[in-house]
Amino acid sequence: MTSIDPAAARRAREAVSSIPCDAEGPVFREPWEAQAFALTLSLYDRGLFKWPEWAAILGDEIKKAQTAGDPDTGETYYRHWLAALERIVAEKGVTDAGTLRKYFDAWDHAADRTPHGMPIELKPEDFR
Amino acid sequence: MAGHDHDHDHEHGSELSETQLRVRALETVLTEKGYIDPTALDAIIEAYETKIGPRNGSVVVAKAWTDPAFKKALLEDATKAVASMGHMSRVGDHLVAVENTPNRHNMIVCTLCSCYPWEVLGLPPVWYKSAPYRSRAVKDPRGVLSDFGIALPKDTEVRVWDSTAETRFIVLPMRPAGTKGWSEKKLADLVTRDSMIGTGLPLNPAEMK
Repeated sequence: MTSIDPAAARRAREAVSSIPCDAEGPVFREPWEAQAFALTLSLYDRGLFKWPEWAAILGDEIKKAQTAGDPDTGETYYRHWLAALERIVAEKGVTDAGTLRKYFDAWDHAADRTPHGMPIELKPEDFR
Repeated sequence: MAGHDHDHDHEHGSELSETQLRVRALETVLTEKGYIDPTALDAIIEAYETKIGPRNGSVVVAKAWTDPAFKKALLEDATKAVASMGHMSRVGDHLVAVENTPNRHNMIVCTLCSCYPWEVLGLPPVWYKSAPYRSRAVKDPRGVLSDFGIALPKDTEVRVWDSTAETRFIVLPMRPAGTKGWSEKKLADLVTRDSMIGTGLPLNPAEMK
């Protein structure tokens, strides 16, 4: 039986920068990551796509990001995830980039007019 | 969708980041079209933040250590064996348990996109999703293990399993020595997340203190 000294293991991992490490802590770093993850699971549950399709698109987005210079250290994983989600909903004809852009701008407008600290809600006048 | 304009006055308003805006746009469009239910999203997030994690896998491993019939069932068909314990199995994929022995150490990776057995291990740690791990795990598994502080005997074979969207793996580590007569519950505390990925080993009883 090989034994492992946890303190030594920690030191070794801290010393090596090539593989980022973390404690067994929260899995999402920011709320939007959790939202993007849950959206994907919901769409899967609804039968919009199969996991191999998802894996292919996500893998492709990761490769594209790497080619564009992303260090791909795991920190940007949910950015690739989000890009894959935008792409799969467009490929499945659920919506398109133009519509998403329109809602993106509307939410931006809604944020601008909402006093700091108040919940941001989307209203019809934001679509102008 | 980059290029979030900052030409307006934010002094009295709120601000959402580019990624937050993209996620909100998706969520609103999908809700309006009836593809998703926002309350279901909250339930999924809550489950992954509080209920689904490596603990699920620890319980499976501890049971396999104490119950030979369960261990046999687990190695034959992990999807079925795990489902029999009432664990959540939402990805509907094929789970395979690979057993560590004195002669063979198993390690899992997904070289394509970080597929991971969510239902038993929760969501993957950040290093699992990193390019260095994805590429080095295959090319130099012993080097990766040594980064994690593990030195295996020379004659132990290291086998790397590349996950896919259809087949995912969980490592069944070896039961630590000095745990004879321990309950499943106590044993489960020895099973770390990394020991089920194969980048770690279970804790020794001495490390429990």
